Amino acid sequence: MMALHPLGSETVYDVAIIGAGIVGASCADEAAAADLRVVVIESRGIGGGATAAGMGHIVCMDDSEAQFALTHYSRELWRRLASELPPDVEFNPCGTLWIAADDEEMTEVLRKAAYFGARDVRTEVLDTTQLARLEPNLRPGLAGALLVCDDAVIYPPCAARFLLERACARGAAMAHGWVEHIDSRNPMVIKLSDGRSLRAAKVVYAGGAWTPELAPLLAEGFPMPVRKRKGHLVITDRYPGFVRHQLVELGYLKSAHSVSADSVAFNIQPRTNGQVLIGSSRQFGDEGSTVNPAILTRMLERAHEYMPGLANLTAIRVWTGFRAATPDKLPLIGPYPGDARRILATGHEGLGITTSLATGRLLVDQLIGRASAIPVEPYWPKRMDKEAAHAH
Amino acid sequence: MCGQMHRGQKSEEHRLETLRETEVLVIGAGPAGIAAACSAAECGRRTIVLDDNPLPGGQIWRGKEDPNATKWLSRAQRAGVQMIHEAQVFAAMMNDTRVVMAETPDGLCAVRSPCIILATGARERFLPFPGWTLPGVTGAGGLQALVKGGLSIEGKRVVVAGSGALLPAVAAYLHEHGANVRLVAEQTSWLQLIAFGASLVLRPSVAMQGLGLIPQLLGIPYEAGCMVTAAHGEAKLISVTLRHGSRTWQVDCDYLACGYNLVPNLELPVLLGCAIANGYAAVDEWQESSLPGVYCAGELTGIGGVDRSLIEGQIAGYAAAGKQGKPKAQALWPQRQALCAYAERLDRAFALRDDLKALATPETIVCRCEDVRRAHLDALAPGSWRMAKLHTRCGMGACQGRICGPAMSFIHDWPMESTVSTRPPLFPVRMETLTAAGLTERTAEKTGEVNR
Ligand SMILES: Cc1cc2nc3c(=O)[nH]c(=O)nc-3n(C[C@H](O)[C@H](O)[C@H](O)COP(=O)(O)OP(=O)(O)OC[C@H]3O[C@@H](n4cnc5c(N)ncnc54)[C@H](O)[C@@H]3O)c2cc1C
Ligand SMILES: Cc1cc2nc3c(=O)[nH]c(=O)nc-3n(C[C@H](O)[C@H](O)[C@H](O)COP(=O)(O)OP(=O)(O)OC[C@H]3O[C@@H](n4cnc5c(N)ncnc54)[C@H](O)[C@@H]3O)c2cc1C
Repeated sequence: MMALHPLGSETVYDVAIIGAGIVGASCADEAAAADLRVVVIESRGIGGGATAAGMGHIVCMDDSEAQFALTHYSRELWRRLASELPPDVEFNPCGTLWIAADDEEMTEVLRKAAYFGARDVRTEVLDTTQLARLEPNLRPGLAGALLVCDDAVIYPPCAARFLLERACARGAAMAHGWVEHIDSRNPMVIKLSDGRSLRAAKVVYAGGAWTPELAPLLAEGFPMPVRKRKGHLVITDRYPGFVRHQLVELGYLKSAHSVSADSVAFNIQPRTNGQVLIGSSRQFGDEGSTVNPAILTRMLERAHEYMPGLANLTAIRVWTGFRAATPDKLPLIGPYPGDARRILATGHEGLGITTSLATGRLLVDQLIGRASAIPVEPYWPKRMDKEAAHAH
Repeated sequence: MCGQMHRGQKSEEHRLETLRETEVLVIGAGPAGIAAACSAAECGRRTIVLDDNPLPGGQIWRGKEDPNATKWLSRAQRAGVQMIHEAQVFAAMMNDTRVVMAETPDGLCAVRSPCIILATGARERFLPFPGWTLPGVTGAGGLQALVKGGLSIEGKRVVVAGSGALLPAVAAYLHEHGANVRLVAEQTSWLQLIAFGASLVLRPSVAMQGLGLIPQLLGIPYEAGCMVTAAHGEAKLISVTLRHGSRTWQVDCDYLACGYNLVPNLELPVLLGCAIANGYAAVDEWQESSLPGVYCAGELTGIGGVDRSLIEGQIAGYAAAGKQGKPKAQALWPQRQALCAYAERLDRAFALRDDLKALATPETIVCRCEDVRRAHLDALAPGSWRMAKLHTRCGMGACQGRICGPAMSFIHDWPMESTVSTRPPLFPVRMETLTAAGLTERTAEKTGEVNR
C-alpha cells in the first residue's frame, strides 16, 4: 500500500516529482533512499503513460558515447536490481539479437561488436547457421546477427509500481491529481486542477511526453524541445518458444535515427508467458491515440518479411503510445537553464524504460551533491540551445 | 492456454477483392439485425448483414425450428438481403469513408457503407465464485447452446442458477431435452419478482416464461433469493453449495448452468465512437446513436427480449432507409415504448444483490485467461479497470475482458463502459488479417475501387 499525501498538510517537501511513470518512480525511489522528503503527483495512475505502452526492452545502445554511457550504466543498475524484483516485473535476461539481413549490415555487426568489446560489453557474432539455430522462425538466409548477451526484457508498469512502493516504504508520499501550474515562490507552490496545492523546495518534471503541456518553455522564448512520437505495438496469443530473444533489425537504427519521416522496423520481443510483442513504428504529428491501420500494416509487413510464420499467429490486441522525443536523441536530465529548483527528467524517447534507473540515480546525485558514476553534463537541458542557456 | 496456428496466405489480389460496397450494413444476424435488414431492404436499400456465426438467428433463433425465425429469414431473402456468415467484425475505419472489417474463414472481408446498423446483442455475465472454473460449470445460455450444438444432456443432473428471465427458459429447454433439472436458483428475492410480476399483466407470453411459470408447470423447483456459493469437484463438477438467507445446503449435479443477467456487447459501438449511457448504447427515437448514420438496435440499447429487438431493428432499418422509411419507423414508436418500459422493469427486478460481490474468496480466480486471483487484485486496490489490467493482467488475455470485465464492473462499481475493450482487434484475429486491414484502407482511400 502506498502512503497518500495527507489532505491539507502543511508539509514542505524537499522534492515534488510530477509523473508516476517509470522515470518519476525511479527518481522517487532514489530521492527517498537519500532521505529526502518526497511526494509524487500523478493523475492517471502508476505507469499509465508511455510506461504502460512501451516494450520494456533493457538495451545497451551505441549511438553516441553519451547514449552508450547512460544505457550501459542503467542496464547495470537493472541487473543489480534483478534479484529484488517481484515476479510480476518478469525480468528476463534474454539478450538482444541485432539482425543483419545482408553483408552490408554484417559489417555493422562487426563494428558494433568491436565497439562493445572495447567497453566490456559481452557480445557474440553469429553467422547465418548459428542465427537460424537460435531463432528458427526467422526467415532463412539472413546474413547473421550480433547477440548482446546481458540485455533484458521487463514488464514496465509493475517495475514502476515496485519502485514507487519501495519509495513509499522509505517515507515518500503519493498525491493523486493533475498539476496545472507551479508558482516559483520559495518554497514552490504546486497547484493541482482540483484546487489543492502542495509545497516543495524543488520540483522534478517527469511528465514524459506531456511535459510541454505543463512547461511549454525551456527558457524565455525557447519552446520545450520535447515532441510526441507515436508508436504502435501488437501482441499475440501465447506461443511459447516462438521467439527467444529480443530481435531487432539493424535497419532499426535507420528508423529510430530519422527524426522526421514516419518509419517502421522489425522489433519483436518474447514475453515470459509465451506471448509475442511486435513493434515498432515511429510517427510525428499524429497525437491521437487511435490505431492507424496504414502504418500498422507497414509495421506488420516488415515483421512478416523477417518472420514469415508471424502471419499465422493470432493477434489479440493493438495499442499505441507516445515517446518523448528530443532533437538530439538524448534525454533532458538536470536543472532548467537559470532556475536550479526546477529539474527536468524527460525526453527519453524509446529508451526510457532502460534509462529510468540511471536517470533517478544521476538526478539525485546532483540534488544531494554526490559524485556520479558517469558524467552528467551531456544530459543537461542547457545543451539544447546555447542562447537558452544564456537567456538568464 | 496457447494460441492457435493458422495456415495459408492470401494474395494481394484476393485482398483487394474483399472490399465490398453497400448502402446499409447491418452487424449481427439476431432478431434485431434481421428485422433491420428486412426493413431497409424492403425500402429498396442495398443491404448486407455480417454475422460471426455459421447460421443466422442470433442467440435465440439459431439452430432451432422457430416459425417466427423462418418468417423473418424468408422475408430477408425475398427483399434481397445479402447475409455473410462466419464474419467477425474486428475493426472499422470511420473517417470520410466508413469501412467495417471482418475476419472470415477465407480471410478479410471489408464492407464500405455510409450507414451502419449495430445489432451485436448481449452475452451472459459471469460472476466468480469458488469452483466456477471447474469443467461442468457453464453459463445458463451457455449450456443451452452446448445442447443445441449436440451435447447430450439426457439423464444428467443440472442446477440452473444466477439471475434473469433467461434461467427458467433454459431450465425448460434442458428439461425438454431429458435433463434432470434439480433446481433453478434465482438470486433476486420473491418480493422483487412479485413487484415485477404485478406490473407485467400486459406483457407478451415470452415474459410469462421469464417469470418462472413454465418450470413450475414442469415440476422444476424454482427458488428465489437463492445463490450458488461454491462448486465442488476435483477434475469435474460433482456438487454445488447453495445459500438462501442463513440456510446452506449441498446438491449433487453433473452441470451447473450459471449466468447473472445479460450485458450488451458494447465493444463495437464503443470502437466506432458511439456514446454510452447507463451501460447501454445511447440512441434517439430513430435508434440513431450519437454518430450520425450509425444505428443501434436490440440488446445493445437495453435487455428486453426478442419482441423488443424486432421492433427496434425495424425502426433502425426503416430510419436508415431515409425519407421513405421514416413514417414506417414512426408507426412503431408506441410499441417500442411499451417494450422498453418492460426492459427497465426487468433490469430492476433482476438487479444484482450486493452480497454477490463477496462470493469470490481471495483464492478464487477472477480472470480465467490470465489466472488472476482475487487476492492479487484486492492487495493492489487498483481503483480502476485500466490499472487492474496494467498491474495484474486481469482482462489482458485472449478474451480481452469480455468475461471478467462485467464481473469486475459489478464487484468494484466501475462503469460498464470503462471495462469495454476499445482497441482493434475486437476479437483475436490472424496476424495476416490484421495486416490486410490496413491494405484495404489504402485501397479504399486511394482508388475507390470496390467489389459490389
Ligand atoms: C511503442 C513504444 C515502445 C517503447 N519501447 C521501449 C523499450 O523497449 N525500451 C525502453 O527503454 N523504452 C521504450 N519505450 C520508451 C518508454 O516507454 C518511455 O521512454 C518511458 O516509459 C518514459 O517514462 P516516463 O516516466 O518519462 O513517462 P510516462 O510513462 O509517460 O509517465 C509520465 C507520467 O506523468 C504524468 N503527468 C504528466 N504531466 C502531468 C501533470 N501535469 N500532472 C500530473 N501528472 C502528469 C502522466 O500521467 C504520466 O503517467 C517505448 C515507448 C513506446 C511508445
Ligand atoms: C447466451 C444467451 C442465450 C439466450 N437464450 C435465450 C432464450 O433461450 N430465450 C430468450 O428469450 N432469450 C434468450 N436470450 C436473449 C435473446 O438473445 C435476446 O432477447 C434477443 O435475441 C436479442 O436479439 P439481438 O438481435 O439484439 O441480439 P442477438 O440475438 O444476440 O444477435 C446478435 C448477433 O450478432 C453477432 N455479433 C455480435 N458481435 C459481432 C461482431 N463483432 N461481428 C459479427 N457478428 C457479431 C452475434 O454472434 C449474434 O449472432 C439469450 C441471450 C444470450 C446471450
